[in-house]
Amino acid sequence: MGIYLSFNKFTTVENAQWIGFKNYALAFSNTDFLNALWFTAKFTLVSVVTVNVFAFLLALALTSAVRGKNVFRTIFFMPNLIGGIVLGYIWNLIINGVLNRFGVDLSYDANYGFWGLVILTNWQLIGYMMVIYIAGLQNIPRDLHEASQIDGATRFQTLRHVTIPMLMPSITICTFLTLTNSFKLFDQNLALTAGAPARKTSMLALDIYNTFYGRAGWQGVGQAKAVIFFLIVALIAFAQLKFTSSREVES
Amino acid sequence: MKKHIALILALAVSSTLFTACGRDEEPEQGVTDMPEGAAHTVRFLNFKPESAEAYDEIVKSYEEQTGNKVIIETAANNTYEQTLSAKMSTSEAPTIFQVNGPRGYANWRDYCADLSETRIYAALTDKNSALSVDGVPYGIPYTVEGYGIIYNDEITEKYFDLADKAVEMENMEEVDSFEELRAVVEDMQAKKDELGIKGVFACTSLKPGDDWRWQTHLANVPIYYEFTNKNVDLTGDETKEITFAYGENFRNIFDLYINNSTVDRKMLGSKITDESMAEFALGECAMVQNGNWAWSQINGIDGNVVTAENIKYLPIYTGMDGEENQGLCIGTENYFCINSQASAEEQQAAADFLYWLYSSDMGKDYVTNKLGFIAPFDTFDDAETPDDPLTREVLDWMDEEGIVNIPWNFTLFPSQTFKEDFGAALLQYAQGSIEWAEVEKVVTESWKTESSYLA
Repeated sequence: MGIYLSFNKFTTVENAQWIGFKNYALAFSNTDFLNALWFTAKFTLVSVVTVNVFAFLLALALTSAVRGKNVFRTIFFMPNLIGGIVLGYIWNLIINGVLNRFGVDLSYDANYGFWGLVILTNWQLIGYMMVIYIAGLQNIPRDLHEASQIDGATRFQTLRHVTIPMLMPSITICTFLTLTNSFKLFDQNLALTAGAPARKTSMLALDIYNTFYGRAGWQGVGQAKAVIFFLIVALIAFAQLKFTSSREVES
Repeated sequence: MKKHIALILALAVSSTLFTACGRDEEPEQGVTDMPEGAAHTVRFLNFKPESAEAYDEIVKSYEEQTGNKVIIETAANNTYEQTLSAKMSTSEAPTIFQVNGPRGYANWRDYCADLSETRIYAALTDKNSALSVDGVPYGIPYTVEGYGIIYNDEITEKYFDLADKAVEMENMEEVDSFEELRAVVEDMQAKKDELGIKGVFACTSLKPGDDWRWQTHLANVPIYYEFTNKNVDLTGDETKEITFAYGENFRNIFDLYINNSTVDRKMLGSKITDESMAEFALGECAMVQNGNWAWSQINGIDGNVVTAENIKYLPIYTGMDGEENQGLCIGTENYFCINSQASAEEQQAAADFLYWLYSSDMGKDYVTNKLGFIAPFDTFDDAETPDDPLTREVLDWMDEEGIVNIPWNFTLFPSQTFKEDFGAALLQYAQGSIEWAEVEKVVTESWKTESSYLA
């Protein structure tokens, strides 16, 4: 149905008219769409790296013998329970509060919006990924660590050659989740920046939404963009799964 | 075996993908009027959230009086098109809906019924005001609205009483050009502490989605002058390109707004309309650009200090020649349409409901006193007009001798995307990241591009 509609000109799903590939041509000639694609790609790259690095470090810290680690785990997990729109508005207030001291606000520069989104996504996803990493870390048999210690490995070597390879299944899941989540981010984007300034911070999902209602008769183009979007997400997710799971090892 | 199952599944999936939407369009039928007939449900998708409660009462009364059922649903603020698209594809599609002018009609033309035979069209005072294509009316305007610069006379009076004021004028009535307005505003801004305000104008809300007062309403003024002075035929293709000839005039008033405001011009990107209305209601500023629909909002804010007799209108002066005769921007972007895809009986029931609302004593009472509409129908006499101060002011300006009110030409703006582009450029200009020339370029280019996408 969705794919069918992307080849049509329609106002509602009931009055669709077949127009072939015209929607796709319009979608690809639309600079907003290409900008959004580029912005999304940059954002995804940065947030996948930061979320996973921080989540992993936190997980390491909270599996060693720290007092009150259960309390910390709960606290770090909490942001995940708040909905995206609410988070977006809260962070909008916080970031604007800080930027106002310098006489500007979030819409002043596309970079502010970009890093705002990165911070928000980190804050939201780190806790969840941390829990997955903790579960992974606890599953690594103790004797492997002991064996490496006896072999005289330093802590870094243990991490590099024992912990990380053993953790590959968790890493696969976490990168998959962060990748797809950041790629199809919508609520947070809408609530935090709504694309300001001048759509420079709209990501793909928001751009598709805007296309639907921005011009009379462009619903089909929005649909075409959505199909392209779906294909990209599927492709990236698939490629990533292949790549990371090929590095998983059996204990 | 497994392969077969997979194949069958794949076929099943693809057939559902490709079978939708083959339904033939029913031939369009004109709606004719018959006396109250069989009870068919009317489904009405309301555009104005502020009217939702009033409509609930109306529906109750209508059901009691006629036994006909009406279901009213209201779209949330700024989401009418989205809600309408979603509802139209259901089996419970609205039978009465609204479009916002020629551009809205273009999107919904497959669903707009011919209204020429309806009693509601017959009652329309000015038949030219209907939304017509080739002489066939498809949309009926149901209220007339006006916007301009709303000011709080209490604060301006206080200013004119100051001993050291820099202008000769004695009250706001004397202000009838941009230069005079600028003199007053800039002097007021300089004396804002004495006047007890944070700034003359309420913040210019430029957050995306809240910038319609500038990229649509304010932009109407220079575009109207451009169309009028060039004698552009508004129904033809000439509207597909503009030069933004009076861009400087737009800039005049826009600069005045952002430089003499409660908020620094760099901080406008996160401001919303509600905030500026609140500032006005709380007496933190003296002026705000908005329309008569804003009265309920101003009045409803906790701690409102603006009284009904102190709230007045000033036309939006931009430095045009002969603007001392210019009035408010008065028009409508609200047109009722009846769904042509509904059954003939349903269309009939819809038309009956509309006529009842705008002609029966009870309906008219609701329209004037609960909905607060200035109804453009001959079933209303002069006394039957709403009583809120801003609407009174709009009516006064309409009756003023020798005043030319500006119609709402923004219904001809090519698309929502154009408005968003314009708003974004205004924000960047206010923040100082682009020059004014750049804004003008965005306006003319985006107008042209967006027009080229129109059917």
